Order: sequence, then C-alpha cells, then structure tokens
Amino acid sequence: MASASETGTIRRRGLLATFLVRLFKEKPLGAAGAIIFLLFLFCGIFADFLAPYGMNQISPLNRLKPPSWQHPFGTDNLGRDMLSRCLYGAQLSVIIGFCAAGLATIISVVLGILTGYLGGRFDMLSQRFADAWMSFPDLIILIVVVSVLGPGMPQIIGTLGLLLGIAGSRIIRSAVITVRENMYVHAAQSVGARTPRILWRHILPNVMPPIIVLFTTRVGTVILAESGLSFLGLGVPPPAPPWGGMLSGSGRTFMFQGPWLALAPGLCLTLVVYSTNMFGDALRDLLDPRMRGSR
Amino acid sequence: MKTYVARRLLALVPTLFFASLIVFVTVRLIPGDVIDLMLSQNDVSASKLTRDQLIAALGLDKPMWEQYALWMGGILFRGDFGQSLWQNVPVSELLLARMPITLELGFLALIVALTVAIPIGVYSAIRQDTPGDYVARSFSILMLAVPSFWTGTMVMVFPSIWWGWSPEVRFVPFMEDPIQNLKQMILPAIILGTALSAVSMRLTRTMMLEALRQDYIRTAWAKGLSERLVVSRHALRNALIPVVTLIGVQAPLLIGGAVIMEQIFVIPGMGLLLLDAVYQRDYPIITGVFLVVGVAIMLLNLLIDLSYGLLDPKVRYR
Repeated sequence: MASASETGTIRRRGLLATFLVRLFKEKPLGAAGAIIFLLFLFCGIFADFLAPYGMNQISPLNRLKPPSWQHPFGTDNLGRDMLSRCLYGAQLSVIIGFCAAGLATIISVVLGILTGYLGGRFDMLSQRFADAWMSFPDLIILIVVVSVLGPGMPQIIGTLGLLLGIAGSRIIRSAVITVRENMYVHAAQSVGARTPRILWRHILPNVMPPIIVLFTTRVGTVILAESGLSFLGLGVPPPAPPWGGMLSGSGRTFMFQGPWLALAPGLCLTLVVYSTNMFGDALRDLLDPRMRGSR
Repeated sequence: MKTYVARRLLALVPTLFFASLIVFVTVRLIPGDVIDLMLSQNDVSASKLTRDQLIAALGLDKPMWEQYALWMGGILFRGDFGQSLWQNVPVSELLLARMPITLELGFLALIVALTVAIPIGVYSAIRQDTPGDYVARSFSILMLAVPSFWTGTMVMVFPSIWWGWSPEVRFVPFMEDPIQNLKQMILPAIILGTALSAVSMRLTRTMMLEALRQDYIRTAWAKGLSERLVVSRHALRNALIPVVTLIGVQAPLLIGGAVIMEQIFVIPGMGLLLLDAVYQRDYPIITGVFLVVGVAIMLLNLLIDLSYGLLDPKVRYR
C-alpha cells in the first residue's frame, strides 16, 4: 500500500513539473498571465501587511496629491492613499472572485454532470430553463437582485455564482456527454456499479480539465462583473474600496483635478482580467484541446 | 422551412414561460422591510400611499399563482406592464419611449464591432503569424480585458483636461436632429463596439483559417482566381456563419454594456430607466425592463437561427 501511494505522489509531482515546463515553453503569455495572477493573489491576501496606509485613512493635508514616492498612485479627494486603496480593492476582488467562481464551478459541475449523464426529460426541461436564464444580461440580473435584496457582498457572490454556474453547466454537460459514451463507463454500468459511483469515480475525473479551465476564466469574469456593478454604485457599499467603485461616484468629479484617480483602479482591473484570460487560454490549450477556440 | 419555424416557435414557449417565471420570482423576493423603506421614502413625495395601497400596487396581497396569472394576463392580452409607483405613468409607455434609444445604441455598437472585427480577423487569418497578425491578436486579447466603463470614464476625463473638449451629454432624439443625436451616440457606440469586437475578431480568424484549408479553396486557387475573390467569395461566406451566431450570444453583453454607457454618457435609454427605477425602488418598472430585455434577446436569437437558411445553402430545415 505504502509503495503504491508513494509512486502516486511521485507521478503527480512529475505531471505538475512537466505541466509547468510546457506552460513556460509553449505558452509564454500564459505563463506571464499566471505570474501576474499569483502576484494579484499575493497582494489581495496580504493587503493588510502590504498597504502603507489604511484604506480609509483620511489626511486633509494631502488632498489630491499627484503620484510621488510617498504615494506612488497619488491620493484622492480625501487625502486617502490610492495604492493602499487599490491593494484593499484587490483583497475584495480576490474574495469575491474566488467565492463566486468557486460557487459557480460547483453549480456547473453538479448540474452539468446530472443533466449530461441522466439526460431525459429532466435534461430537456433544465436546458430550456438555462436558455431562458442565459438570455438575461448578467448585469441586469445583478442590478435587479441588488434592487430587491440591497447591495452587499453575499448577494453579489450568490447571484454571480448562480448566474455563471448555470451558464457554465452547458460546457460541463457537453463534456460529460462525450465521456459518457466511453467504453470504461459502459463497463462500469454492466458490472452493476451504482450511478453515484459512476459519476464520482468515472465521469468526474475525466471532466476535470474543462472544470479547471472554467474556474480560472470565471475568476476574471466575476471580477469584471462585480466592478461593473460597483461602478454603477450597486456593488459592495462604501467605505469599502472596490476597483469599480473607485472609478465612479465622488471620485469621478475630482478626476478632472486628479487624473491619476482614473488610472490606477482601471489599470489594476485590466491587468488582472488580462492575466486570467491569458492563463485560462493557456490552460485550455494545454489541458483540454477540445475546447480550443471557444470562449 | 414552415414546419421548422413552427417547431422553433413551439420550443420558444417553455423558454418564455421560464423567463417570465425568473422575472416574477426574483422581484417577488422583496423582503417586508423594503416596503417600510419605500413607505418612508414615499413620505417625502407629494402623493402618499398607505402600506396596504403599496402592497396592493405591488400585487403582494394576493396568492402567488394569482399574482402571476394577473401579471402575465395583463401583459399578454392588454400590453399592460402595470403602473409606475411614483411617476403615475403606465410602465409600457416608458418602455416604448426608452427602448428605441437603447436599440439605436446597441445597433450602432454592433456595426462598429463588425466593421472592426471582420476585416482585422480576415487579415489576421490570411497573413497568419506575421507581425500584423500578432498585433491584431494582442489588441483583441487586450480589448477583452479593458472594462468599457473605464474607457468611458477616461474618454470623459482626459480630453477635457488636455484639450478642454468633452463628449456631448445632451440628448436629442434621432428624429429631431440626426446629426446632433449621432454626435452623442457615436462615442459610446465605438467604446462598446470595440470591446465586443475582440471575440468576433478571434472567431473570424479561427473560422477563416479553417475555411482556407478546405479543398474548395485549393480548387479556387487552382482555377487562377484572384486572392480577393478567393477570400471574399469562397472563404469568408463560409467563415461568417458562426460569427452571426456569436452576435446572438453577445447580445446580453451588448445590453449590459449599454446600461453602463447610458449611465456614463447620460443617454436616456432602457438602462438609465432601469437604474433610476432601482434607485427609487420602482418595482413595476424594474420588472418591465427585466422582462422586455430577456424576451428581446430570445427573439433575436430565434431570428438568427432562422437566418442560417439565407446565409448557408447547406442548411436544410427539417
């Protein structure tokens, strides 16, 4: 037993190493994306230690200071340090991005595997439901939910998770449908394995690649959607500094005096979304050739 | 063809039913304290509603299924989306007034997206792996990541700092003064369009590359046709079909983006109507916009499905 698990870990480490080598050799842009993404994660997780000032530390003497050594990203109309606010914004984005993308992936996997494997009337009905669900723009559903439940992190995470989860279940479903027809699945069925066992031991491991790709790209989608909502003033309520919110509201009137206010949050946002897109694309090409070219 | 259309329309019925259910249930989630909040807000305005009146206006005093039947029946048989809570106007009137503006913005953005995406996508494919191809592809990947509200904000801020020029934010209906109207619409349309063009550009490139490797293209070359003819007549026609499908897939993004653009450039379309309604908690308007947007996108996708017959002679409807 011991030797079996030992070889298992050695093989897995080998896989990860070969994957990293392939990522850096074949997909330099994807590797760059991965590095930026890790940097973003680091900033988000350790924002409390990295930020030189508090996110709402007001300093009336330093109002609207342009970027300098003391304030690399400048200060806003209340004298708050923009670098610190961007770092705390990264923290918000990490939390929302990972929770919502994680929730979405779980929903996608459960729905996708059930509808794809079981098929039948349940599948047909749920596909019609997904049709209806997906013809509403994400942003509009978010706006409506916030109008009903009020703005706040749990609402945003729950809604985005549900939204993207149902949309993503299509991708998992189509992967399951191809896996379902494989010989080993038929073999398991004929041996009399129960459905939950087949789903867990045979279907799930074989649809892992699209699941990983889905999760990675979803993090970027979630961050972009949340910042759009915050931009409209319906995201995480102040004084929290979401990137989208920093580009709107009171900040917008002061941008004419301090144009750097418009730059930093937008650049952070673009860079993070860009990195998840690049990393996700590279992962898709390396892990799952079937999904190449799709979005 | 006729039976295909009929079947496609039939398949639309359950989807529409689910859509109406989604709208209905979402807005019905209103917690009780929101009603108190609405009442306290309402105290300020002229017309006073009692709690019971407000609950009745929202239709919350009847059992769930009856509420749904009344609401759906009103829309289906009388085009009645209810009454705005604070403005004393039928919601359908507001929707009719605002819808053309959003449609115009969306249509302009779509034109921008396609005029950017298709030529660059084709160029990228026929000059694969040249510097031009790399530049075009990097640009499209970057466009995917740049949020349109950031571009919009910068367009509002920087030209006014550098040149003292700022975009038009005074809305004039198209029918009154088309040029003044387009002056305001064109910038948001360009921003929204370029943001959307990234995906169609990539798809055009992929599909063109695939088409260019087909046998009939080799035949066309062998016949001695010019590159222009091979590309436009033979390859592009076949490559464009998935791009048309993508328009339907992107429609929700287009409308979502329009909401943001309308907010930045102060365009009184459906998006601004929705946002104002959200700030005022005018639920009949919210429900109306929500439903109309979803149904419009479904119908657009139906039209796209039906248009395959015109675009692709290989498609036979069964």
